[in-house]
Amino acid sequence: MNSIHDMGGMHGLGPLDPSDDEIVFHAAWEGRTMALARAMMAGKHFNLDEYRYAMERIDPARYLQFSYYERWLEGTLNLLMEKGVITQQEFDAQLSKLSKADS
Amino acid sequence: MSSDASDGADAKTALRVRALESLLLEKGLIETDAIEELVDMFENRLGPWNGAKVVARAWTDPAFKQRLLQDGTAALAEMGFDTIQGEEMVIVENSPGVHNVIVCTLCSCFPWAVLGLPPVWYKSAPYRAEAARDPRGVLREFGTEIDGDTEVRVWDSNAELRYMVLPERPAGSDNMDAAALAELVTRDSMIGVSKVAPP
Repeated sequence: MNSIHDMGGMHGLGPLDPSDDEIVFHAAWEGRTMALARAMMAGKHFNLDEYRYAMERIDPARYLQFSYYERWLEGTLNLLMEKGVITQQEFDAQLSKLSKADS
Repeated sequence: MSSDASDGADAKTALRVRALESLLLEKGLIETDAIEELVDMFENRLGPWNGAKVVARAWTDPAFKQRLLQDGTAALAEMGFDTIQGEEMVIVENSPGVHNVIVCTLCSCFPWAVLGLPPVWYKSAPYRAEAARDPRGVLREFGTEIDGDTEVRVWDSNAELRYMVLPERPAGSDNMDAAALAELVTRDSMIGVSKVAPP
């Protein structure tokens, strides 16, 4: 399917920045995001192809704005909700619980 | 530098990740130890030092090199590098007339088993877009000039098929053993955006 993820040959995506600090995860949450997605696949809550497709279905404008691991996170959340593993209500409640605990 | 996310979005996203992790934990769908183990694997156990050993062996063991080019997946498994997601591995060899470079135009497919997770630039939109259209220009960004007589081959990775470049052994390395050679091999040379520098 041709959508925003199909970038080969596209023009105008800005200059390439070849710099590299060789850091695998630039924030702890990036590593957790990757591990959670892998764990969900290992637990057969979804498979790799479904997962890729979930990321490819992200709204094109948001796809371009998201960082790499933000896409992973949104893909994971969307799939888990579509599959009924978690609900939006549960997730929102958890978010607000953690926000309150932090403040 | 070259962070994956802007700082402003970072705290908010970190909270979303914590919310997801704690929710899955409460539901008994994950174990914290297993999550820590996965992070450790990606951060510390998978990396280009694995691919460097493969390259050094290919440079010093012609029979292995032949097996590697014939059936990459099997030859890597022989060295204990099993592919992580069941994908096939193809090793493409650089030679005086041919320079290979790998990309994943669709996302970020990368030979994890031998190179670890890809660098930020590999996953970036400009690399994905331009490596396919103007590979010589992209290589120049990495300070790599490929002369006009050399063919540049671009390999677009996908879910089922991953590539690794077997770079050319540099001049002046004739007396080095495999362990010393592996020290010369960089991740970028196995992606194909640079060459292995002479010792």
